[in-house]
Order: sequence, then structure tokens, then C-alpha cells
Amino acid sequence: MGWKEKILRRSLWVYHLGTGACNNCDIEILDVLTPRHDAERFGIKLVGSVRHADVLLVTGVITRKCLPRVLRVYEQMPEPRVVVAIGACPMEGCVFKGSYNQAGPLDKIVPVSLYIPGCPPKPEAIIAGVAKLMETLK
Amino acid sequence: MARKTVIPIGPFHPLQEEPEHFTLTVEGERVVDVDMELGYNHRGIEKLAEAKSWQQITFLVARICGICSTSHPIAYCNAVEDLCKVEIPERAKYIRTIVGELERIHSHLLWLGLAGHFLGYNTVWMWAWKWREPVLDIFEALTGNRNHYDMLLPGGVRRDIDEKNIPWIKKEMDEIKKKLDMITKAVLDDPVILSRLKGVGVLPPEEAKNYGAVGPTVRASGVKIDVRKDDPYAAYDKVDWDVITCENGDLLDKVVVRILETFESIKIMEKCLDALKEVKGEIITPIREFPPGEGIGHHEAPRGETFHYVKSDGGAGPIRHKVRAPTYVNLPTCKVTAPGCQIADAVIILAAIDPCYCCTERVGIVRDKKKEWLTQQDLVKLSWEKTERLRSKYAR
Ligand code: SF4
Repeated sequence: MGWKEKILRRSLWVYHLGTGACNNCDIEILDVLTPRHDAERFGIKLVGSVRHADVLLVTGVITRKCLPRVLRVYEQMPEPRVVVAIGACPMEGCVFKGSYNQAGPLDKIVPVSLYIPGCPPKPEAIIAGVAKLMETLK
Repeated sequence: MARKTVIPIGPFHPLQEEPEHFTLTVEGERVVDVDMELGYNHRGIEKLAEAKSWQQITFLVARICGICSTSHPIAYCNAVEDLCKVEIPERAKYIRTIVGELERIHSHLLWLGLAGHFLGYNTVWMWAWKWREPVLDIFEALTGNRNHYDMLLPGGVRRDIDEKNIPWIKKEMDEIKKKLDMITKAVLDDPVILSRLKGVGVLPPEEAKNYGAVGPTVRASGVKIDVRKDDPYAAYDKVDWDVITCENGDLLDKVVVRILETFESIKIMEKCLDALKEVKGEIITPIREFPPGEGIGHHEAPRGETFHYVKSDGGAGPIRHKVRAPTYVNLPTCKVTAPGCQIADAVIILAAIDPCYCCTERVGIVRDKKKEWLTQQDLVKLSWEKTERLRSKYAR
């Protein structure tokens, strides 16, 4: 195991990218940070720039207008890159499947490490997913 | 003259939940103009609706927005019931009101938290979101999901409220009232917060009317409009409540209106819960026939009036479904409120209308790699052409 992975495991910094979500998944992500769930006790922190982030949380169907920006954000991310798809939207489009403006699913665009299904997934599910992710990084 | 600088905010900005692009033009520290670009969140819902059945659309419109996930279905169901001329059962009316008001409580608490966050006062954020959790618990008990409750169907509601839950809900509401009292005193007596909010981002009543603004944004400026009072539906005319207004239209009033409205919502809810003990019976009138014609429906969402229009040709789904969400008319008011303010205040001013971009998204037309600007005449022409097309297609 390289030193990078060793450090990475201790504290995951996440960057949240909404790409045409209905807003609910985004709210549940913020909810994970608030007192009841408090993900910061696991060292998970929401950061303001993707250049500081280890994990990219993607919500929403990838709309056509967002597609080039998603790729750009992904390229700006430092290695090793971990992408997490939150909710049914980035997985297969949820109720918006078949829309003329949908460019997703996400795994056709960038490699995805973890899917957290649900519409929206409960904060508990998000925490459980991220805990599993930490396991695999070991 | 001072040099003008343009500051882009977004589309992916840490302070914004949703992808949205703002351009601030500043002179020194002062904002002189704002401009916004929409369209990152556009999912083509109106078009999708044309391919779905009447019942399915209820679940589609719930997912227009994660915060108003009952407001859109209520407005949509009102529209369908208007089309079919159906009266929903008494009990369903009360249940709709309860879910609608619970949503307002959770939405206003959410906004209060975010407003604190935008002011750099993260304590308020953590408090408000902590006390929002019990509301979500109530939702989970009543509807089966924390968000996206999917309680409605055209003709009524899908689940009944269990008598067993009522005392517990009332207890939780009492707790929330106490906490809100505390937060009101703590926040509104804080000189630092006051100096950031008072007299900032003023929206005069005439301008509010000019822009056609709705909801708490315009009620903070002293204009008394509220769909729940002006054109009652569900059980809003059966219980006694007041429309909250303030006078100054500044940020402080927008906070006050929302906090007072939350208390009012709790009041409405408690009355409806009491009424549920007497009002028994069916919760849904199944609708089997969807006649050709048009229907309109609206609902006072936490951010203002949500409007739905459906047009039917007698088939299994609408041939046209139109949605107008409150942010669409509220957002342009920052053309009035933002110029003249400091850069540091711009974010909270933009957030003061409680914007919800996913409700508002529209598409832009790009032809030959150039953006086209359509004027009002162009839009009217397009709409005429479309009406003609539809008419010739569905002419009877
Ligand atoms: S998965 Fe559901 S909750 Fe999440 S963004 Fe999509 S529609 Fe909204």
C-alpha cells in the first residue's frame, strides 16, 4: 500500500456535484453532515474545490448541459479518484429516464466506484456506503 | 468612473446546492448588476409527462423538486380534479392539508439553516437542521419516506393517517415550537445578524408586483397574497388561520415572515389533526374517466404559488402539461434587490427568495453554435404554431 492510500483512508474529503438532481439527494448529503448523523466524526468533510477532494459525490441525471462540466471536474480531481453515484438518478435516470436532456447514466461517462441506490437514499444508507468504501480502500 | 469587474459564481459553487450560474458585475465592493443563466438542471419533465399516464405523473411531478415534493402533486391533482370535475373525500382534504403544512415547516426550517450558513453563522444551520429531523421522522411515520412522500393521487390520498400517531405528532410539534421560539430570540436579538439583515436587499411592494413575485418574498414586502386564502382548496377554508405579512421587504422581514409562517403552519396542522378524529370515511375517489378538456390547479408551496395546467384529449395521459414554479417569478426580483449591495451580501440576497432552481429550469435554444434570444413576439408566435399543430392533430 502506498503512502497516499494510507493517508486517504484516514479522512475522506468529498466534493459534491449536482448534475440535474431534484435537490433531494443533495439535501440528504448535507443532512449527513448535520448533528443527528454527523459524518465528520468519521473524518468525512465537504470541501469547496474538487482539487482538494478524494471523493466525488455525483447526484442527478447527467443533463446535456452538465456533461462537459462533469468531465472537466473529473479531470481536475487529483488521483486516486473515487466517484460515488448517489441516488437512482445517476444510476439509470429514475423517473426521468428517456428524457431528451439526459446524457447519463454516470458509469458511461466516468468510472464509478460505489452506487448508493434510493430515491433519495437515507442518510444512514449514505453513511453505510461510505463506510464500505473505506473498507475497500484498506 | 470606476472600473467594472465581472465575478462569475457557479455553476458548481460550494455555496450552491444546485448547478446555477450567476454573473455579478461589481464596481469596487459594490454590486451594480446581476445576471443568471439557467438550464443546468433541465430534465424535460413537461415532455416526459406527455408520455406517462395520469397516475404516473403524480410521482413524476413529485420529483420536480426535492423540497416541494408535495406541493407539485397537490397542484397537479387540483388540476386533474378540475379537469374531471371530481370532489375528493373530506378526510383526504384534511390529510392533504396536513402533509402540505408539514412540508412548509420542514422547508422553512431548511431555509433558515441555509440562510445562517450563507451568513457565515453555521450554528444556526446546525440547529435548524437538527430540529428539522423530527419533522422528517413524522413524514417517515405517516408516508413511509423521509422525502418524496408520494402521498397523493388524483382523487385523494394514498395512505390514511393512523390515530395512534396523532398524540406523538402533537408532542413533536410542541417541541419544535419551543425550539423555534428559542432560535427566534437568539437570532433576531443578535446585533451582528441584525446589522447584516436589516435594510439590506429591500424589495419595494410596487417592484414586487411588477415582477409578479409570489409567496414569502412578496408577503415580506407587505403584499397580502396567498393562494390558500384567495382561492381555497383542500381544507384551508375549514380551519382558521392568518396570512402573515411584514412591511419593509428587507432580508430581516423575509426571515421573520418565514418564522411566523412556520408557527401558523403548526397551528393549521394541529387543527386538522383534531378534525381527523371526527371526519371519517374514504380517502380516495377513484377517477376512471378523463374527459377531453383543460384543467388548472394551484397550491401555495413554501416558496409561493405553484401552478399546473393540463390538457386532455380523453386519453390515458395529458397532451400538454405545463408547470410554473414560484422561483421562476421570484428569481428576477434580485435585479432589484442586489444592485447597490456589498459583494459579501450578494449570496444571502440571492438566497433570500429561497430559490429552487430545479423547479425553474428552462431550455435555451442553440442553433449553429450560437445562442438564440427569443423575444416575447417570437414566443407568442411559437406558441400559436404549436396550438395550430395540436388543433389540426386532435381536431374532432
Ligand atoms: S434519485 Fe430521486 S431524490 Fe435523488 S435526485 Fe433523483 S429523483 Fe431526486
